[in-house]
Amino acid sequence: MSGFFSAIAEAVSAFLGFVDPLCGPAGVFRWFAGDTLLSCGDTGWGDEIAVGFLVTASLAVATLPLGLIIGFFIALAKQSQERSLRLAADIYTTIFRGLPELLTLFIVYYGLQILVQNLLSAFGYDQAVEINAFVAGMIALGVVFSAYCSEVLLSAFRAIPRGQYEAGYALGLHHGRTMGLIIVPQLVRIALPGLGNLWMALLKDTALVSVVGLSDILRQTGIAARVTKEAFLFYAIACILFLVLAFLSSIVFAMIEARVQRSEVRR
Amino acid sequence: MSVVSTLLPPQAPPPVPARPYTLSRFIGSAALGIWLALAVGIFLTVVGGWDQAKFSRYAPNYLSGLGVTLLLVAISITLGGIVSLPLAFARMSKNKFLSWPAYAYVYFFRGTPLLTQLFLVYYGLGSFSAELKAMGLWGFFRDAWNCALLTFTLNTAAYQAEILRGAIESVPRGQHEGAASLGLPERVTFFKIILPQALIVALRPYGNEIILMIKGSAIVSIVTVFDLMGETRRAFSRTFDYQTYLWAALLYLLIVELMRNVWAWLEARLTRHLKR
Repeated sequence: MSGFFSAIAEAVSAFLGFVDPLCGPAGVFRWFAGDTLLSCGDTGWGDEIAVGFLVTASLAVATLPLGLIIGFFIALAKQSQERSLRLAADIYTTIFRGLPELLTLFIVYYGLQILVQNLLSAFGYDQAVEINAFVAGMIALGVVFSAYCSEVLLSAFRAIPRGQYEAGYALGLHHGRTMGLIIVPQLVRIALPGLGNLWMALLKDTALVSVVGLSDILRQTGIAARVTKEAFLFYAIACILFLVLAFLSSIVFAMIEARVQRSEVRR
Repeated sequence: MSVVSTLLPPQAPPPVPARPYTLSRFIGSAALGIWLALAVGIFLTVVGGWDQAKFSRYAPNYLSGLGVTLLLVAISITLGGIVSLPLAFARMSKNKFLSWPAYAYVYFFRGTPLLTQLFLVYYGLGSFSAELKAMGLWGFFRDAWNCALLTFTLNTAAYQAEILRGAIESVPRGQHEGAASLGLPERVTFFKIILPQALIVALRPYGNEIILMIKGSAIVSIVTVFDLMGETRRAFSRTFDYQTYLWAALLYLLIVELMRNVWAWLEARLTRHLKR
């Protein structure tokens, strides 16, 4: 079984190496950087930065579903009939929208560390535990994303008329099916611009995780800047890479928007 | 002939049907229970780990850090507001040589993380120290506080320019035409008719921007400015006490909630003529 997984991991890393936009066979640095500081391989920093690019992108992509799912349920809780549920959801958004992202990250990072340490020492395991920065970043950013996402989804929920639910029930669909077949498709269409903004904010917030030691774009370029003393060059590259990510995601969002609105175009 | 001489005795209302114990009620109680347990747990750890010496040593630092944070945000928001005015007009201009650079500026500052911009200014401009010394600007850029202020001003100027542009463009065309038909000059039209209506639209985004800046300012602690977050990190690195972060969280929540409520009151007050 482990052979199977390692084969999958190898295939994935080979695929990523192939499509790598910076140091792959068609990479920017491989073709244009030559023998400069940015070349790929042992002499330049191109491959380190390429790894950082991948880590940043995968952190953002891994956080998105987590944040969307939590945010959806928080939004459901906020429009529930039940007072206690609404109150609990409001406390959640108040806290995580009010705290700076950096502080949330530290609280999650060190808090998880203490929590896991205490749990393990209760079971008689007494070694120092180090929390994975990727996981801590995913949780912290996901929680912040979900707090904002619940507000976007809530206003989208309010834009859907009651009649849509009633029509679903009249057709004999139960609550979950009404949600899945009738409400959510419209919800996506209404909430998409807001979610696009949140995704951009998430992409920018991933830079903070470099502070707790995740080797993302900013950390890798920072190391390169410190070693080579070419700080301006490398931080400018970090900025450009973030701009590239923002530009790519705006293209993807335009495509998704065109797709979810194809029913309206015909009318 | 029958006459009604007695009224029916008043009847008790039908009994209120018992509220069913639904799943959502259970989840709601459980979630509230978790929050309550967290609050009590935090309170108990604070009380249990209370150290008067630590408190009297670090509390003044926290307050001065809070002052630094608020000062940084206040100055950068004000300066950014001033910079954003010409930027917004350049962005709306029909002249490509004006609107294009303004668009690039806004795209750059809104598309990259504030932390990266800060590093670019603080560490990146440091690699031009010889040139900066020659221009006599090195004294300015050597100080992390100045770099943070510059970065924040440039960053918030980009966001505020977009807010202002959106608000000015949201004023309907008819307002311009009405003013023109009354024979009002362009300047008077802008300051007396367009801008007041635009600022009401812009009020809420401005409030959000201030809150975002208060939260975003926490990153200056990474470039050795001792704002609230910087003081927190210093206290944590000396005591290894997790409570230091909880105190900072409490202070930040307090400022942001205060700001939000003050802004909501302000908005309600300023738009009271629009209420129907």
